[in-house]
Amino acid sequence: MSTLAVQDHGAHHDGHDHGHEHHHDTFLTKYIFSQDHKMIAKQFLITGITMAVIAMILSILFRIQLAYPDHAFPLMETLLGRFAPGGRLDPGFYLSLVTIHGTIMVFFVLTAGLSGTFSNLLIPLQVGARDMASPFMNMLSYWLFFTASVIMLSSFFIEKGPASGGWTIYPPLSALPKAMKGSDMGMTLWLISMVCFVASSLLGGINYVSTILNMRTKGMDLWKMPLTIWAFFLTAILGVLAFPVLVAGVVLLIFDRSFGTSFYLSDIVLQGKVMSFEGGSPILFQHLFWFLGHPEVYIVIMPALGISSEIIATNSRKPIFGYHAMVYSLIGISVLSFIVWGHHMFVTGMNPFLGGVFMITTLIIAVPSAVKTFNYLATLWRGNIRFTPAMLFAIGLVSFFISGGLTGLFLGNAALDINLHDTYFVVAHFHLVMGSAAIFGMLAGVYHWFPRMFGKMMDERLGYLHFWLTFIGAYLVFFPMHFMGLDGVPRRYYAFTEFESMKRWLSVNMFITWAAIMSALAQVAFLFNFIYSIFWGKKAPMNPWGSNTIEWTAPVEHLHGNWPGEIPTVYRWPYDYSKPGHHEDFIPQTVPLSQTMSSNQEHDYEENEAGLQAHKEWVAANKKNEEVK
Amino acid sequence: MINSKKIAALFATLLLGGTQLLMAQTSAAGTDAAPTEEQTAAMWSGVQYYVLLFVLLCTAVAIIGRIFKVYDLTSQLQGKKPTNWNTVMGILFAIFLVLGMYGAFWSFIVQGSMNLPEAASKHGVTTDNMFLVTFGITVIVFIITQILLFGFAFLYRGRPDRKAYFYPHNNTIEKIWTIIPAIVLTVLVVFGFFTWRSITNSTEVKGDINIEITGHQFAWELRYPGADNKLGKKYYKLTTAANNLGVDFKDKNSFDDLKADTLVVPVGKSIRLNITAQDVIHSVYMPHFRLQLNAVPGLPTFFRFVPTLTTDQMRAKLADPSFEYMLYCAKICGDGHYNMKRIVRVVSAAEYSVWLSHQQPYLSDGIKKELNMVATAPDAAPVVADSTAHSL
Repeated sequence: MSTLAVQDHGAHHDGHDHGHEHHHDTFLTKYIFSQDHKMIAKQFLITGITMAVIAMILSILFRIQLAYPDHAFPLMETLLGRFAPGGRLDPGFYLSLVTIHGTIMVFFVLTAGLSGTFSNLLIPLQVGARDMASPFMNMLSYWLFFTASVIMLSSFFIEKGPASGGWTIYPPLSALPKAMKGSDMGMTLWLISMVCFVASSLLGGINYVSTILNMRTKGMDLWKMPLTIWAFFLTAILGVLAFPVLVAGVVLLIFDRSFGTSFYLSDIVLQGKVMSFEGGSPILFQHLFWFLGHPEVYIVIMPALGISSEIIATNSRKPIFGYHAMVYSLIGISVLSFIVWGHHMFVTGMNPFLGGVFMITTLIIAVPSAVKTFNYLATLWRGNIRFTPAMLFAIGLVSFFISGGLTGLFLGNAALDINLHDTYFVVAHFHLVMGSAAIFGMLAGVYHWFPRMFGKMMDERLGYLHFWLTFIGAYLVFFPMHFMGLDGVPRRYYAFTEFESMKRWLSVNMFITWAAIMSALAQVAFLFNFIYSIFWGKKAPMNPWGSNTIEWTAPVEHLHGNWPGEIPTVYRWPYDYSKPGHHEDFIPQTVPLSQTMSSNQEHDYEENEAGLQAHKEWVAANKKNEEVK
Repeated sequence: MINSKKIAALFATLLLGGTQLLMAQTSAAGTDAAPTEEQTAAMWSGVQYYVLLFVLLCTAVAIIGRIFKVYDLTSQLQGKKPTNWNTVMGILFAIFLVLGMYGAFWSFIVQGSMNLPEAASKHGVTTDNMFLVTFGITVIVFIITQILLFGFAFLYRGRPDRKAYFYPHNNTIEKIWTIIPAIVLTVLVVFGFFTWRSITNSTEVKGDINIEITGHQFAWELRYPGADNKLGKKYYKLTTAANNLGVDFKDKNSFDDLKADTLVVPVGKSIRLNITAQDVIHSVYMPHFRLQLNAVPGLPTFFRFVPTLTTDQMRAKLADPSFEYMLYCAKICGDGHYNMKRIVRVVSAAEYSVWLSHQQPYLSDGIKKELNMVATAPDAAPVVADSTAHSL
């Protein structure tokens, strides 16, 4: 019984003792240490957006350096002080910017901001639960995430600056505090922040899994769950299995840094000084890191894919094509994601035979990804597409997923990776397939579920403006980078002026920087829209998008426990859009088959003999009636 | 209507003002190329200009939005239909598809021509073939899927009188588009696997020229094996200021080792680059040879390649007399990461032996002093030094 005791879970109240409930909530328990999943989702979202804006500003700073390596900007010195002496970024600080931009975007925005927001918001609302399995753990999860964010950002205020060894923090660079400025205190803070972050992620993940498995409402069997829930479910499992490995790696790194162990260190002569480390292997860290790191990129993209599945189906007014195939693809991606990590390490000196094996598994993972793409296309085919801003972003996601996914075939191929590894080709690849696609999934989710979160509507036309500027901007930024990579330009280079052969890319760099600035400014449209709509937006109707999933049956005014009275029962899958024979183009999950006899199909009665019998009788009776007429 | 006219007039003035400001700003930015300390005030006013410009832009956008809305409402009052955003967005997607495809094509032609020249190594040719096959397949898929995506978005844009086609699944189609990618990927996997194995083939090849390259912050050290073609052993704890690689002189093979500033290799010979690092991970990246391998402290690795085009040949091909093959560091290794260069020069066998005979022995006087070695024939050529060393 998967629906155990959901009816009694959480606060129990009817409409009339509403006021009574407000009585208990102080400002502190309602807005700060809230245990309500909807409030926690908002906390995650707003923290995530804040972190995203910070990381975006960091990226603009280093983009300016790349576009104008010989140019001094006095404002930079005013803003950054000793990190930009004379108005030019310090090379070490440039690397800090790159590192913290990557870390924040991957972990704080696209893991916590995306998964944290939408898993928290949608899991209870879409499976029909009053709240998460453990609201307290959920609260802890947010506050650990918040702590991690604060610690990460605090590293900008220490003397030697933030961590700067790249977001992958490979030792020995990250293990030897003297190897670079950022490997000192900044690295320590990075590691502490990451441990908090992983704890937060685990608390969240365990909660998501247990809520989905145990607290579904009556009738919500696994095959009736929306694809969003499937995606969050598998994402949470990936997180629970993969993140502890990162902690293990990080703890060993802390030991190497502070307690003189040699897990990752061997044969080191740093700046002429012979060190005593012996017997460790830097490659070990890479194995541990990427054992998390590769599932991590799917932790980032799968919720975005789930969200876009839901949004594309709703706004095409069509069932998602191949629901089962979509679920099996997600499962396939999840399983395979654990055996492909070695493709990040083809040229590390790992045994080349292993490289061959990882190449095979990596290219296999392209099959479920391709199936998902084709299914999206088939969903759009002969739809009746409503271009809400959310839909635009979902379509943008599919476009990025294709463009970025295809270049994965180059990088996943060990032979080609030799020449492309650590070049701009990689930067272009993952910013499209993981960065842009996932951020578009997140934005699509914000536009789509904003009415559910804040009870207000966002302005559509500002959303359109935001979409087009961001979409075009992202392609202008990342498409040319492929060619820089194909010309053998390594990534994380502070200036292209040191090598004669790279100078010709300076004009392209300038172009990219201006495209990036344009996309960054376009986000102002979003931020304005977001904040303005929270306070002064049009009040949202209960089901603004004509959607089938059950979160739209809950009242617009939030209440702890989600539904007044009983939780709705679910009778059908969530994708009955434009079903022939029905007068509307959607049938919510809560409508029993008995109320829609005219549109039911035999397929709807799998494992339901009595229902099928009734259906056949109804069809026969109807036929007779037709003949009589 | 009066209202909208007023707004239009206001907007026009604002736009004019904005343009003027923009012009003023661009000329100011032009003179701003070399700012000095005294220009701090100017700097802030420059920032103010930009902020003001952006605010103006936002205002303009807001006003355009208002005008649209007013126009929409008034035309609705006159009994016309409101703007159909579905149609607008559908058409925009169609336009994006056309312009995007043109842009991608332009990028392939213009920026694609800036890519690396043909591979200068034997295995690089197979890499490039592999690349072309993958490129062909992915570009076809890219074009088809993007056309379908934006084409569908345009064709099936919502209209109130239409109903979408209820089409939840079709097992045959799904099987087809699972199997076809699977087959294509199998081809790529098999092709790629054998290419990869042939490149990383680790069996010993007789006649390999062993060259050692060691990365440290922020330079590459090169060591050539000398006449015996064998590199002497190293042990990192032997590193001193003079013996900066930690070469072990208990190993006789070390005595004739040479050090060099440029990675010079003979064309057509099998070169075995022995790669290590001293402090942090570096990466030996020689894009013209399609060659990359990380240099990891404590983990000696090697990459074997056969250069096929001399530097002179490549210069002729590119019509660039100053062209040099380069060696970069491709793995983030510290502040100087962007500037770890070494020139790689491919020469004929004859030139190579001449060049080699002019290189300094690694066993310098400084090291000899450190090791308290008997000074033997200090002025002798390396080869001679080698023979004397053996007789020690």
